[in-house]
Amino acid sequence: MELDRQSELNALRPDLLRFARLQLRDAGAAEDAVQETMLAALTASQGFESRSSYKTWLISILRNKIVDIIRTQSRELPASSLADDDEGDALLDESLFEARGHWQPSARPMRWADPEASFEQQQFWIVFEACLNHLPPKTARVFMMREFLGLDTGEICKETGISSSNCWVVLHRARMGLRTCLETRWFAGAGA
Amino acid sequence: MLSCREATALMSQEQDRHLGMAERMALRLHVLMCAGCNNYRRQMNVLREACRRFGSGGMQ
Repeated sequence: MELDRQSELNALRPDLLRFARLQLRDAGAAEDAVQETMLAALTASQGFESRSSYKTWLISILRNKIVDIIRTQSRELPASSLADDDEGDALLDESLFEARGHWQPSARPMRWADPEASFEQQQFWIVFEACLNHLPPKTARVFMMREFLGLDTGEICKETGISSSNCWVVLHRARMGLRTCLETRWFAGAGA
Repeated sequence: MLSCREATALMSQEQDRHLGMAERMALRLHVLMCAGCNNYRRQMNVLREACRRFGSGGMQ
Protein backbone atom coordinates (compact mmCIF):
# COMPACT_ATOMS: atom_id res chain seq x y z
CA MET A 1 0.00 0.00 0.00
CA GLU A 2 1.50 3.27 -1.04
CA LEU A 3 1.66 6.33 1.18
CA ASP A 4 -0.40 9.40 0.51
CA ARG A 5 2.63 11.47 -0.32
CA GLN A 6 1.06 14.86 -0.31
CA SER A 7 -0.21 14.53 3.24
CA GLU A 8 2.97 12.83 4.43
CA LEU A 9 4.97 15.66 2.99
CA ASN A 10 2.92 18.20 4.89
CA ALA A 11 3.27 16.21 8.08
CA LEU A 12 7.05 15.96 7.71
CA ARG A 13 7.57 19.56 6.71
CA PRO A 14 8.19 20.91 10.25
CA ASP A 15 10.92 18.31 10.83
CA LEU A 16 12.60 19.16 7.54
CA LEU A 17 12.48 22.82 8.38
CA ARG A 18 14.03 22.27 11.78
CA PHE A 19 16.80 20.20 10.26
CA ALA A 20 17.56 22.90 7.69
CA ARG A 21 17.38 25.75 10.20
CA LEU A 22 19.72 24.00 12.55
CA GLN A 23 22.37 23.91 9.87
CA LEU A 24 21.79 27.11 8.01
CA ARG A 25 20.79 29.31 10.97
CA ASP A 26 18.87 31.42 8.53
CA ALA A 27 15.09 31.05 8.38
CA GLY A 28 14.79 32.29 4.80
CA ALA A 29 17.49 30.00 3.43
CA ALA A 30 16.05 27.06 5.39
CA GLU A 31 12.61 27.76 3.93
CA ASP A 32 14.10 27.79 0.40
CA ALA A 33 15.88 24.49 0.94
CA VAL A 34 12.70 22.83 2.21
CA GLN A 35 10.57 24.21 -0.62
CA GLU A 36 12.98 22.93 -3.23
CA THR A 37 13.07 19.58 -1.50
CA MET A 38 9.29 19.32 -1.49
CA LEU A 39 9.14 20.27 -5.13
CA ALA A 40 11.72 17.64 -6.03
CA ALA A 41 9.86 15.09 -3.92
CA LEU A 42 6.54 15.75 -5.62
CA THR A 43 7.96 15.31 -9.09
CA ALA A 44 9.83 12.09 -8.31
CA SER A 45 8.09 8.88 -9.23
CA GLN A 46 9.27 6.19 -6.83
CA GLY A 47 6.91 4.81 -4.21
CA PHE A 48 7.49 4.34 -0.50
CA GLU A 49 5.95 1.90 1.89
CA SER A 50 6.63 3.54 5.18
CA ARG A 51 6.82 7.00 6.54
CA SER A 52 10.33 6.44 7.88
CA SER A 53 11.78 5.36 4.53
CA TYR A 54 10.07 8.30 2.89
CA LYS A 55 11.52 10.63 5.50
CA THR A 56 15.03 9.23 5.06
CA TRP A 57 14.74 9.79 1.33
CA LEU A 58 13.48 13.36 1.82
CA ILE A 59 16.33 14.15 4.20
CA SER A 60 18.82 12.95 1.63
CA ILE A 61 17.38 15.39 -0.91
CA LEU A 62 17.32 18.15 1.68
CA ARG A 63 20.94 17.44 2.53
CA ASN A 64 21.97 18.12 -1.06
CA LYS A 65 19.96 21.34 -1.11
CA ILE A 66 21.68 22.48 2.08
CA VAL A 67 25.10 21.74 0.60
CA ASP A 68 24.16 23.80 -2.47
CA ILE A 69 23.12 26.73 -0.31
CA ILE A 70 26.26 26.56 1.81
CA ARG A 71 28.31 26.45 -1.36
CA THR A 72 26.62 29.58 -2.69
CA GLN A 73 26.90 31.39 0.63
CA SER A 74 30.59 30.67 0.98
CA ARG A 75 31.18 31.97 -2.51
CA GLU A 76 29.47 35.19 -1.48
CA LEU A 77 31.43 35.43 1.76
CA PRO A 78 34.86 34.14 0.76
CA ALA A 79 37.37 32.81 3.29
CA SER A 80 35.27 33.84 6.26
CA SER A 81 37.38 33.46 9.36
CA LEU A 82 36.13 31.49 12.30
CA ALA A 83 37.70 33.97 14.69
CA ASP A 84 34.38 35.26 16.04
CA ASP A 85 33.85 31.91 17.68
CA ASP A 86 37.18 31.90 19.51
CA GLU A 87 36.30 33.74 22.67
CA GLY A 88 33.98 31.19 24.24
CA ASP A 89 36.46 28.50 23.32
CA ALA A 90 39.18 29.78 25.65
CA LEU A 91 36.69 29.86 28.51
CA LEU A 92 35.57 26.30 27.91
CA ASP A 93 39.18 25.14 27.71
CA GLU A 94 40.00 26.69 31.09
CA SER A 95 37.04 25.11 32.77
CA LEU A 96 38.04 21.67 31.46
CA PHE A 97 41.83 21.53 31.75
CA GLU A 98 44.33 22.60 34.37
CA ALA A 99 47.56 24.38 33.47
CA ARG A 100 49.50 21.27 32.47
CA GLY A 101 46.71 20.16 30.19
CA HIS A 102 45.18 17.43 32.33
CA TRP A 103 41.49 17.25 33.16
CA GLN A 104 40.25 19.39 36.00
CA PRO A 105 39.01 16.83 38.53
CA SER A 106 35.44 18.11 38.25
CA ALA A 107 35.53 17.96 34.44
CA ARG A 108 36.92 14.47 33.92
CA PRO A 109 34.68 12.77 31.34
CA MET A 110 32.41 10.12 32.77
CA ARG A 111 31.30 6.82 31.36
CA TRP A 112 28.01 7.42 29.56
CA ALA A 113 25.61 4.73 30.65
CA ASP A 114 23.78 2.92 27.87
CA PRO A 115 23.67 5.46 25.01
CA GLU A 116 21.38 3.15 23.08
CA ALA A 117 18.68 3.57 25.76
CA SER A 118 19.10 7.35 25.47
CA PHE A 119 18.64 7.23 21.69
CA GLU A 120 15.25 5.65 22.31
CA GLN A 121 14.01 8.61 24.31
CA GLN A 122 12.46 11.60 22.66
CA GLN A 123 13.72 13.82 25.47
CA PHE A 124 17.31 12.92 24.58
CA TRP A 125 16.88 14.29 21.05
CA ILE A 126 15.44 17.54 22.40
CA VAL A 127 18.55 17.98 24.55
CA PHE A 128 20.78 16.94 21.64
CA GLU A 129 19.25 19.56 19.39
CA ALA A 130 19.47 22.21 22.11
CA CYS A 131 23.18 21.39 22.54
CA LEU A 132 23.76 21.74 18.79
CA ASN A 133 22.03 25.11 18.88
CA HIS A 134 24.25 26.07 21.75
CA LEU A 135 27.43 25.78 19.65
CA PRO A 136 28.80 28.99 18.13
CA PRO A 137 27.27 29.37 14.65
CA LYS A 138 30.32 28.89 12.45
CA THR A 139 31.62 26.03 14.56
CA ALA A 140 28.21 24.38 14.33
CA ARG A 141 28.11 24.81 10.60
CA VAL A 142 31.45 23.09 10.02
CA PHE A 143 30.50 20.29 12.40
CA MET A 144 27.18 19.67 10.69
CA MET A 145 28.79 19.74 7.24
CA ARG A 146 30.98 16.93 8.50
CA GLU A 147 28.45 14.88 10.46
CA PHE A 148 25.09 15.48 8.81
CA LEU A 149 26.06 16.27 5.26
CA GLY A 150 28.84 13.70 5.26
CA LEU A 151 31.51 15.92 3.70
CA ASP A 152 35.13 15.09 4.41
CA THR A 153 37.49 17.75 5.70
CA GLY A 154 38.94 18.34 2.22
CA GLU A 155 35.48 19.21 0.89
CA ILE A 156 34.73 21.40 3.91
CA CYS A 157 37.95 23.34 3.32
CA LYS A 158 36.95 23.88 -0.26
CA GLU A 159 33.43 25.03 0.61
CA THR A 160 34.36 27.32 3.48
CA GLY A 161 37.84 28.48 2.52
CA ILE A 162 39.50 27.37 5.76
CA SER A 163 42.63 25.20 5.94
CA SER A 164 42.53 21.52 6.96
CA SER A 165 44.32 22.15 10.21
CA ASN A 166 41.85 24.91 11.03
CA CYS A 167 39.05 22.55 10.10
CA TRP A 168 40.33 19.92 12.56
CA VAL A 169 40.55 22.54 15.29
CA VAL A 170 36.98 23.66 14.63
CA LEU A 171 35.65 20.10 14.60
CA HIS A 172 37.48 19.34 17.82
CA ARG A 173 35.99 22.45 19.40
CA ALA A 174 32.51 21.44 18.25
CA ARG A 175 32.81 17.91 19.60
CA MET A 176 34.21 19.15 22.89
CA GLY A 177 31.34 21.62 23.24
CA LEU A 178 28.71 19.09 22.29
CA ARG A 179 29.92 16.30 24.57
CA THR A 180 30.32 18.71 27.46
CA CYS A 181 26.76 19.94 26.96
CA LEU A 182 25.37 16.40 26.66
CA GLU A 183 27.24 15.21 29.71
CA THR A 184 26.00 18.10 31.83
CA ARG A 185 22.47 18.24 30.56
CA TRP A 186 21.74 14.62 29.95
CA PHE A 187 24.15 11.89 30.96
CA ALA A 188 25.02 13.27 34.40
CA GLY A 189 21.35 13.17 35.32
CA ALA A 190 18.93 11.13 33.24
CA GLY A 191 21.40 8.77 31.64
CA ALA A 192 23.35 7.78 34.73
CA MET B 1 53.75 11.88 27.02
CA LEU B 2 50.53 13.47 25.73
CA SER B 3 48.49 15.74 27.94
CA CYS B 4 44.74 15.20 28.08
CA ARG B 5 44.27 18.39 26.08
CA GLU B 6 46.46 17.01 23.29
CA ALA B 7 44.87 13.59 23.52
CA THR B 8 41.35 15.00 23.06
CA ALA B 9 42.48 16.83 19.92
CA LEU B 10 43.82 13.57 18.48
CA MET B 11 40.65 11.70 19.48
CA SER B 12 38.64 14.21 17.49
CA GLN B 13 40.99 14.02 14.48
CA GLU B 14 40.75 10.26 14.61
CA GLN B 15 37.14 10.77 13.43
CA ASP B 16 38.31 12.73 10.41
CA ARG B 17 41.64 11.39 9.19
CA HIS B 18 44.00 8.44 9.57
CA LEU B 19 46.39 9.08 12.41
CA GLY B 20 50.07 8.32 11.84
CA MET B 21 51.76 5.43 13.59
CA ALA B 22 53.41 7.64 16.22
CA GLU B 23 50.14 9.43 16.96
CA ARG B 24 48.30 6.16 17.32
CA MET B 25 50.88 4.74 19.71
CA ALA B 26 50.95 7.89 21.84
CA LEU B 27 47.19 7.95 22.03
CA ARG B 28 46.93 4.27 22.85
CA LEU B 29 49.36 4.64 25.70
CA HIS B 30 47.60 7.70 27.05
CA VAL B 31 44.13 6.15 26.93
CA LEU B 32 45.39 3.03 28.67
CA MET B 33 46.42 5.09 31.65
CA CYS B 34 43.78 7.81 31.67
CA ALA B 35 40.20 6.83 32.52
CA GLY B 36 38.86 10.28 31.62
CA CYS B 37 40.30 10.14 28.11
CA ASN B 38 39.22 6.54 27.73
CA ASN B 39 35.66 7.70 28.40
CA TYR B 40 36.14 10.65 26.08
CA ARG B 41 37.06 8.35 23.24
CA ARG B 42 33.86 6.34 23.72
CA GLN B 43 31.92 9.59 23.81
CA MET B 44 33.31 10.54 20.40
CA ASN B 45 31.83 7.33 19.00
CA VAL B 46 28.50 8.01 20.70
CA LEU B 47 28.44 11.50 19.15
CA ARG B 48 29.08 10.11 15.70
CA GLU B 49 26.31 7.55 16.08
CA ALA B 50 23.88 10.16 17.47
CA CYS B 51 24.61 12.43 14.51
CA ARG B 52 24.14 9.58 12.08
CA ARG B 53 20.71 8.82 13.52
CA PHE B 54 19.68 12.42 13.87
CA GLY B 55 20.79 13.24 10.34
CA SER B 56 19.15 10.26 8.69
CA GLY B 57 15.69 11.21 9.83
CA GLY B 58 15.75 9.69 13.28
CA MET B 59 15.25 13.10 14.83
CA GLN B 60 12.08 13.32 16.81
